Amino acid sequence: MASEEQVKNSTAPAVFNTDAANCLTKELRSTFLAGKTKSYEWRSSQLKSLLKMLDDSEKQICDALFSDLAKPEMEAYIHEIAMIKSSCKVALKKLKDWMKPEKAKTNLGTFPSSAEIVPEPLGVVLVISAWNYPLLLSVDPVIGAIAAGNAVVLKPSELAPAMSSLLAKLLGKYLDNSAIKVVEGAVNETSALLEQKWDKIFYTGNGRVARIVMAAAAKNLTPVVLELGGKSPVLVDSNIDLAVTSRRIVGGKWGTNNGQACVGPDYIITTKQYAPVLIDSLKHNLVKFFGEDPMNSPDISRIGHDRHFDRLKKLLDDDKISGKIIHGGQTDKSSLKIAPTIVLDAPEDSLIMSEEIFGPLLPIVTVEKIEDGIEFINTRPKPLAAYLFTNNKQLKEAFVSNVSAGGVVINDVTLHLMVDTLPFGGVGESGMGAYHGKFSFDAFSHKKAVLYRSFYGDAPARYPPYTPGKLRLLKALLDGSLFGIIRALFGFS
Amino acid sequence: MTDDHEIRRSVEELRLTFKSGKTRSGDWRKAQLRAILRLVHENEDTLFRLLELELGKHPVESYRDEVGVIKKSADHALACIDQWMSPKKGRLPLVFFPASRKVLSEPLGVVLIIGSWNFPITLTLDPLIGAISAGNTVVLKPSELSPNCASFLANVLPSYLDPKAVKVIEGGREVAHQLLEYKWDKIFFTGSPKVGKIVMAAAAKNLTPVTLELGGKCPVIFDSLPNSDLKVAVKRVASGKWGACAGQACIGIDYVIVEHKFASTLIEQLKKTIKIFYGDDVKNLKNHSKIINKNHFDRLRSFLEDPAVANCIVYGGSFDDTSLIIEPTILLDPPLDAAIMNEEIFGPLLPIITVDNIEESVEFVNSKPKPLALYAFTKNENFKKRILAETSSGSVTFNDTMIQFVCDDLPFGGVGQSGFGRYHGKYSFNTFSHEKAVLERSFYFELEPRHPPWSRFKLEFLRAAYNYNYVGMLLLCLGLKRVSKS
Repeated sequence: MASEEQVKNSTAPAVFNTDAANCLTKELRSTFLAGKTKSYEWRSSQLKSLLKMLDDSEKQICDALFSDLAKPEMEAYIHEIAMIKSSCKVALKKLKDWMKPEKAKTNLGTFPSSAEIVPEPLGVVLVISAWNYPLLLSVDPVIGAIAAGNAVVLKPSELAPAMSSLLAKLLGKYLDNSAIKVVEGAVNETSALLEQKWDKIFYTGNGRVARIVMAAAAKNLTPVVLELGGKSPVLVDSNIDLAVTSRRIVGGKWGTNNGQACVGPDYIITTKQYAPVLIDSLKHNLVKFFGEDPMNSPDISRIGHDRHFDRLKKLLDDDKISGKIIHGGQTDKSSLKIAPTIVLDAPEDSLIMSEEIFGPLLPIVTVEKIEDGIEFINTRPKPLAAYLFTNNKQLKEAFVSNVSAGGVVINDVTLHLMVDTLPFGGVGESGMGAYHGKFSFDAFSHKKAVLYRSFYGDAPARYPPYTPGKLRLLKALLDGSLFGIIRALFGFS
Repeated sequence: MTDDHEIRRSVEELRLTFKSGKTRSGDWRKAQLRAILRLVHENEDTLFRLLELELGKHPVESYRDEVGVIKKSADHALACIDQWMSPKKGRLPLVFFPASRKVLSEPLGVVLIIGSWNFPITLTLDPLIGAISAGNTVVLKPSELSPNCASFLANVLPSYLDPKAVKVIEGGREVAHQLLEYKWDKIFFTGSPKVGKIVMAAAAKNLTPVTLELGGKCPVIFDSLPNSDLKVAVKRVASGKWGACAGQACIGIDYVIVEHKFASTLIEQLKKTIKIFYGDDVKNLKNHSKIINKNHFDRLRSFLEDPAVANCIVYGGSFDDTSLIIEPTILLDPPLDAAIMNEEIFGPLLPIITVDNIEESVEFVNSKPKPLALYAFTKNENFKKRILAETSSGSVTFNDTMIQFVCDDLPFGGVGQSGFGRYHGKYSFNTFSHEKAVLERSFYFELEPRHPPWSRFKLEFLRAAYNYNYVGMLLLCLGLKRVSKS
């Protein structure tokens, strides 16, 4: 009879170490090499199953998001479920088009010939997701990977454990397990995965871990997409519709996972003169959206996890901003809640102005002239998004031309995420690569250049023995000049 | 040799130049492109002389593969740059109304281009054309293994291009390591996978995006062909192997796969072609480049040290130590576990691997890392489709070799071990740009249901909005559609 300990050990979950990671990638590689994931039928059937999964599991998803982040049902719906369904539908609708080879032009130098660019899957890819939008940021890249015909491993964030385990369960149930796998876990499991050779790694998260991911990728020459973050600034002019501006900012900051979004507004820049007007309006809308007691509002998410709460508390406790908190500031560790907080003119070297906040604290920086805001932004690392509110055409042009960011939105915030025809990605510290819509398909594809030549029209000028005449002809051929070619053939030029 | 102080000063100056906004203007970029055209035009003879000195390249080869390529590339960029620089606009679904969207290409900033020695002009100036067209400032690090061309670039470029925006930094491994310590907005590297890994690892420290143009064993799948096409096919194979820097080319042919019964026909025709193209006296080879240096010369010789490999030589095999010339050499079925069949050859040794049925070549190619280029000579349309669908490589060319390089509209780059990222034509511009998404909204028509406090009504409204169900949205607004209680 087996002892209690033996029974316990035999049912203990296996540790996901390097060997396990090795086995996993081997299995996926053999699925991929067998050609299973390449067909249109397979890809579209997986996408359809994914859509069904989302339709069937809305309640479970909302529950998991509430458990992980106290995310209000509406936010869960509009920012995660609806967006991911939309992404899936777009992929299903356009997949045939995306898979078609693209004709390429040929020139006189290769005449007669025809050329095309053929998309093909990269192979076996790794998607590492984040905790703040644990459904969207896991499944959206996976949609791209599947649409492009790859086998995929998804590593959801362990900091959103309810969603992580739900994804493992649902993807295991609805999708083809021989090609799509979920690996749950934390640092050890991620490290074991990063030791493997992938054909692409797609990482969403922070700059520190991104460096680790890219360094691991370098060992195998694996291309990466890094979707990071940064301090997304909002430049607010006085020439605006204040009511709409203020609603959009409050919604975009606190109504979007309570500030814990990579493209959420991080801080505001406005003129000294306009700041009081703006602040009043922001406060007004905060009450309108979340009531007089936002700590107990059901319409606002809580802080993701303990470590994150502590980090935000540290920003608030920073001596350098004492006396500058002009709204909010309440915290409650037991419920992981921090009230919507506004800080006015925090010093540049304060913690809140040096790191990405990723929470419900909103610094307001004041400048003399609104144009100074552009310079302020440009002395800092390039953010994932930059926002401007103004009716002033020149200011708009100056902002768009001179502010480098992943994406720019004028007179709104975060909305560009919902436009699947716009590439979504960072630049500099905010990341590299892009996705959404066709960009997701492209991110997980290799675009193979194909040239078809015939045996006719073989130009002797190409081959040795080389002569001055051949040189002339070659020059004309490369120039693409028909006239030049004729002249060369006749021995001129 | 450049010291670190000079590097630091150069990088700082480039950053200031970029910040000044000078490189953003189309006029500035076009002026630089025209300067590159003048540079190659006015120094054509010098370049021919240097390439002959460095690599023994014949002027025709130098024109075809270097001078002419740069000229064509700069001309193309000049013709297209306005279009490349203009924002790409597009429509938006009604639900966003009123709004507009566009994608704007903007320069990344200060970029580093590391060139290679085998095409020392093309592999520095062609990426440079891309970097400048995209509005960046540049450090160019030519390969120290082609020192004459490197010096030429260092001395001559400043008198043509804006010296505050484009700098050439010469040096070897140490200088390369020093350069890699700096924070770049992009690194463009052409070279070996081994060094590619070092470059990418260094780039990771600063989250610098990279393009790695590497190499691999580029195979030729040689199906049986009628006599009329055989001659042309073999000319193309010969020129794709020995006519491009004596095999020292990233897209140069590495090895050939052919059916057993067709091998001798192929080999005979290759021998004839070699004699016509290059002659058969290693001390007097014509139109054939030399090996870049003793190191590589010895490396190539060592492939043949194994008697099992040497016994497979069916043509050539002579090495001239003084001139560093290796004659075109053909090997028939060397052992598959020999180094020559597992490392990129990068020289004038051509293994021919025979199979029973040409269809087996697909499995053979797939047993090796993905190459930068795959060539297939066949008239069988089904076989072409199979090769395309079942192999993976940077590019595929049917019935020719090397020539895909001059197609401006085709992206040039690798996959897997042969690299990632691409360039040529507009891809050069894109590889040195950030595509910035821009969405502009107006203040009108604010969709109230976007914002908290949440309600069932807002949920239904947004559900309709996400499905672009405008009728549904309207009905809800007019109170004509009921909101579900669940």
